[in-house]
Amino acid sequence: MNLADAPTPKLGVQAASKVYHTASGDLLALDRCSLDVNANEIVSIVGPSGCGKTTLLWSMSGLHRLSSGEIRLDGVKISGPHPDIGIVFQEANLLPWRNLDANIRFPFEIKGEKPDRAWIAHLLARVGLDGFGGKFPRELSGGMQQRAAIVRALALKPSVLLMDEPFGALDSFTREEMNRLVEEIWLDTKTTIVFITHSIEEAIFLSDRVVVLSGRPGRVAKEYRVPFPRPRSLEIMATKEVFDLTNRIKMDIVGERATPKAAERAGAEIVRIRS
Amino acid sequence: MSDAIPEFSKAKAGEGHEVGLTNLSAFASGPGIQSGKEVAAIIAVAVIIIGGIELALRLFQVPLYIMPPPSSIVYALWDEFPLIAPHLGYTLVELLSGFAIGAVVGLVLAAVITQFPFAEKIVAPYILLLVTTPMLALVPLLILRFGFGYTPRIIAVALAAGPMVMINAATGFRRVDSAKIALARSYGASTLQIFWKIRAPMALPMILVGLMIGAIFGLLTAVGAEMVGGGFGLGNRLTTYSSMIQMPQFFAVVLLLSTLGILIYVLFFLIGKKWASWEA
Repeated sequence: MNLADAPTPKLGVQAASKVYHTASGDLLALDRCSLDVNANEIVSIVGPSGCGKTTLLWSMSGLHRLSSGEIRLDGVKISGPHPDIGIVFQEANLLPWRNLDANIRFPFEIKGEKPDRAWIAHLLARVGLDGFGGKFPRELSGGMQQRAAIVRALALKPSVLLMDEPFGALDSFTREEMNRLVEEIWLDTKTTIVFITHSIEEAIFLSDRVVVLSGRPGRVAKEYRVPFPRPRSLEIMATKEVFDLTNRIKMDIVGERATPKAAERAGAEIVRIRS
Repeated sequence: MSDAIPEFSKAKAGEGHEVGLTNLSAFASGPGIQSGKEVAAIIAVAVIIIGGIELALRLFQVPLYIMPPPSSIVYALWDEFPLIAPHLGYTLVELLSGFAIGAVVGLVLAAVITQFPFAEKIVAPYILLLVTTPMLALVPLLILRFGFGYTPRIIAVALAAGPMVMINAATGFRRVDSAKIALARSYGASTLQIFWKIRAPMALPMILVGLMIGAIFGLLTAVGAEMVGGGFGLGNRLTTYSSMIQMPQFFAVVLLLSTLGILIYVLFFLIGKKWASWEA
């Protein structure tokens, strides 16, 4: 997991730029982002909303074409969706007309492969969904839906798992539970994970490195190593080191915005409510 | 190829005010009876209404040619059924063949056209024209051209049903959920696979609505076309019985037609419940 051990990064992003052509003109979403993800590493990408996090992840997955720059998987440039890359989307993204089993079978159907039943059963048990195969997405809670989506993404045994704000819609307790689940799965499989999130706590809990993107257009602003051992206990997460790191990242993201003017406005607001 | 900005709208597909077969308000309040009490209440109300009509018609000695009492309608249906049955058969042949043609053409057109937004813009006004024009108006013309047989009626039914199927199916096919398509694409799905595994199932609830409306419009058109001219079909029976002032027989045919309409509705409701209930 040391940079020196891995001369070729698992996933290399080189000077990635992305321009969207919209009706109201061109929009530069990503501006020369460069970022290496090493094998077996968990890297989180955080940043203000609309900073191009999802764009970066969709580009890494091959779903979007970069306007310039390139993405390399094991040193080979990728030009489209790659079987070695799995994605977990925002809001589970299960197909509502299929039950859980059929949802997990979906990638195999597309590829025309036979599902690896033993592996799927293992994954379902791992995330605590054994026995739910016949249920439809609407019959499951948000957390269970997202667990099913993780199983679906891992069913094809990808070597890289891209997670696009997977737990953003969940309540904070479920979210912590899901974070522990991701850690467990990682300890199990050592799959390389790129994780996009709004939550700095989540990023620190999960990651070996946290990459901070600046606001639009997205650029890599800063990068932090998270040196804490795994599994990361609640005690570790409550230490001053974690607290300080959280604050530093928070300052990177919102620091410039929290000007005194805003504070004054907020103060005035409070006074108005009181009077 | 230009990519769209990834969006995850808060209003997910299938939520909110979309029309699906199983969340039409008429359906929502329709089947789904809870208890024996409810069944008893429904039957009691029906008995009171039908019995009340029967009683009132007999009490005020309303002449048979103005409004026959329900009992005489049911009796006429029973008595005349051997005579009416072949005509029911003719109407069903017209309805089924016309609907099949219209539905297939409508579905294929909807599926193809929604893939090409520009073509859709060009075709849309004509479809709207077909939807809003009562195809019955064309029947005399069709009869002139094709004679008094099945052909003009089947064409009319197809013309009435097809656009209804198409316009609803197109609404269904237009419901693009970019996240679900991205999911399929991330596994390397082809355009055809995306169509069959994502677009078609997503469109299914609206397709069923279209098929149901199309079938009911087809029935209306078939009966109307039979009333315009020709010697067979339930529509022909209606004109015949009314011209002979055989009102119980006339209403027996009306009752048969209502039953047919309700059967179409129930059929599609059951199909929707089985295959498209995920939306509700």
